[in-house]
Parts: sequence; C-alpha cells; structure tokens
Amino acid sequence: MAEQFYINFIKDDRWMYLVQGLKTTIIVALFAVLLGVALGFTVGMIRSTHDKTGKLKVANFICNIYLTIIRGTPVLLQLLIIYFVVFASVNVDKVIVAIIAFGINSGAYVAEIIRSGIMAVDQGQMEAGRSLGFSYRQTMIHFIMPQAFKNVLPALGNEFIVLLKETSVAGYIALQDLTKGADIIRSQTYSPFMPLMGAAIIYLVMVMILSYFVKRLEKRLRKNER
Amino acid sequence: MNDNNTVFEVKNLSKSFGDLNVLRGIDLTIKKGEVLVVIGPSGSGKSTFLRCLNRLEEPSGGDILFEGNSIVDKKCNIDKLRQKIGMVFQHFNLFNNKTVLRNITIGPEKLLGLSEEEAKKRAEKLLERVNLLDKKDAYPSQLSGGQKQRIAIVRALAMEPDVMLFDEPTSALDPEMVGEVLEVMKELARDGMTMAVVTHEMGFAREVGSRVLFMADGEVIEDGTPEEIFDNPKSDAAKNFLKCVL
Repeated sequence: MAEQFYINFIKDDRWMYLVQGLKTTIIVALFAVLLGVALGFTVGMIRSTHDKTGKLKVANFICNIYLTIIRGTPVLLQLLIIYFVVFASVNVDKVIVAIIAFGINSGAYVAEIIRSGIMAVDQGQMEAGRSLGFSYRQTMIHFIMPQAFKNVLPALGNEFIVLLKETSVAGYIALQDLTKGADIIRSQTYSPFMPLMGAAIIYLVMVMILSYFVKRLEKRLRKNER
Repeated sequence: MNDNNTVFEVKNLSKSFGDLNVLRGIDLTIKKGEVLVVIGPSGSGKSTFLRCLNRLEEPSGGDILFEGNSIVDKKCNIDKLRQKIGMVFQHFNLFNNKTVLRNITIGPEKLLGLSEEEAKKRAEKLLERVNLLDKKDAYPSQLSGGQKQRIAIVRALAMEPDVMLFDEPTSALDPEMVGEVLEVMKELARDGMTMAVVTHEMGFAREVGSRVLFMADGEVIEDGTPEEIFDNPKSDAAKNFLKCVL
C-alpha cells in the first residue's frame, strides 16, 4: 500500500499531475459557470419575457434553436466540434476552448432553470408591481427576479455540480485536467487504483464544499419565510 | 367634455378573449368622489372591466380616458398614469420578498422620488391608520389574510392615487376578516376617495356605495343609486341575481 502510494504520487513528483490537473479543472469550471450564467440569464430572460408578454418573437426563436441543439447533442461532441471544427484553423489555448464549450453547454440548462423560476413566481406579483406604476423591467428587478432566484437556487447549485464533473471529458481534446492527470499517472505506473481513486476523492470533496455553500445561501435567502 | 370632476370616461369599451366576448360596449363616466360598486353574477365581466381601467387587461376596442388622457393610446405613458390609479387585488399580491414597510415605501421612493425618510414617515402614518404599525417589519407570509389586504390597501394609498380600484377585495378572506377590510374601505369612502369596487358584499354596496352598477354578460344592465338597484330592480336579470344573493 505504502509502496503503491510512493510509486503513484511521490516518485518523479507524479502528484504534480493531479495538482496541475486540479488547477485546470477549477479554472475551466469557474469560467464556464460564469459564461453559462451570463448566457443562461440572457436567454432565460428573453424566453420568459416572450412567454409573459408575447414580445421578442425573433430573439425567442433564436434562443429556441440554441436550446434544442445544445440540449439535443452530447456535451463531448460539442467540445470536439468546437475544438476540431470551429477552431480548426485557429490556434487557441485549449483551456479557452473548454471554457467556451462547457459555458455554452451549461448556458442552455441555466436558461431553462431561470425561465422556470420566473414563470413559477405568481403572476399577481407582476400585476401588483405594474399597478403601482413600476415598468416591466423594474418589476422584474425588484420583485420577480429575487423571488425566482430563491426558488431556483437548488437547481442552479445542482447544475454547477454537474458542470464541474462534466469538465472531466476535456481530456478528449488533450487538455490536462484532473481526470486526465490521474490517467497519465495510471499509464506510467500501470496501477490504476491509486491515481483514479485519488482524483475521484478530489472531485467528491469539491462537490461537497460547493453543496455546503449553496445550502448556506439557500438558508439565508429563506429567512423571509416562516 | 372633460371637466375636472370626471375621473374615468369609458367609451364603448369591449374586450374579448379569442371568441369569447367578455365586455360588449360599456359606456360609463366615473366622477370624483363617487363610490361605484359593481355587482353581478360571476362571468359577467366585472373584474375584466375593472382591470381594463388601469390596462392590466388590454381593451379590444373603445377608449378609456383617465383625467382626460386616453390610457388605451399606445403612446401614453401607462406607468405614469398607473401611479394615480391604486389597485387592490383579490389575492392581495403583497411582494413576498419585502417586509411590510418596504412593500409600502418602495413605490413612493422609486417612482415618486420621496426620500427614504419621507416614504417611511408616510408609510408609518398609514399603517397607524389601519392599526398595523406593529407589523411593519414582518414579511407577508407571517400575516393573516385580513392583515395582508389592509396592507395592500395602504400600499396603494401610499402612492396618493386619485382613484382606487378594488377587485373583489374580500372574496379570498375568512369570514371573520371581511369586516376589518370593509371598515378600512368605508373610512376611505368617507374621506372622499373616488372608488370603483367589484364585490359580492351586498351590505357594503348598499351602505357605502354612492352608485351601483349591475352587470351581466359583459354589459351594464342597470346603473343607479343603491336604493334604485336593490329596492327596485327593473330587469329580470337583476331581480333574479338579487333574489339569489340577498
């Protein structure tokens, strides 16, 4: 056991594969979440505004195409297509490619989460805001969005967890993330148990930390309910 | 014909949802200080009519002038006009994410430009009037239906509107809470507020209303003083309706 540990992690500084991989995974996941939230928020707003008012027909149509394509194809294929087709003739950092691919993918799911949250807020809240003289936009900002956000926080947290783990397929474009790092160690030492388990434990710990913070935020936002 | 006493002038107002004609040509003038009570069987278009007055419901035809300005006109600043038209809903619709005080102050602050201090003072004075000052830091989910509705009334009043619309304000309340809400409305009427009230409370209509409208099938069937409508209904529709509810 101790010898296994030595061969897989200590010898030749192999643990650095995991540390470097972890760094890449965190960078990709973090920026992909930001891109996904920005995209998802925009698309979600357009779609729910269309649902509520019937406006923005063209924008809604475009959003629908985006959602259909992204949700209808595997994320791994999307990553490969963006790397080998879209950026075929351009030399871009693979980290950027991964961020774009996972961000665009996540955006589709975030969009539907946000739309469902907005649609779930009672229509009476909108009417109350409008009847006082608030514009559609002001009513959204002051009353609808805060309530929608609170409602979708668990689903949003879940989406972030999924995204963090999904980045593990980035090895397919030879990006050295955490999973790929562990796999490299395995290929050098021919002993799969230690490196793969090690990577799995690191993912697990990250997800647990993330869940903890989502739960705390949820609790804080629930304060104005009994 | 727009003297200063006319608050609403409704001309040939119609509204349809698809094939369903909910309002079929309503002509009506609401004068300053009037307490107009709209009664009628369910499905008669009372609520739709009221909701057209501040364009929560988009009219299909006709025109509505509020203090001389058309609110149907696409170019009108509807948000600005709505500031002067208070509305109270059947289901209260207090902002769930705000405290009672914030529910009341946010409008005057953001829309009328009052300072935080001024808005708070105005809100507290109004809360005092409905005996709910002690609830100012509570959230809507912590209040009873009657309390919610009184606060909803206060929220609308804080904008200092020229007219108040009430859409079945007591229909969602437990019976023992109807009285406290009606009491607030009576007081408002006594103070001279112009009001349009859709309700099933016939006692309120008779006692507080200065004018009663009986609607059926999207039309105004009778329009008169409470005595005329309740004691001497002319149409069969009104006679039948009153026989059922009184």
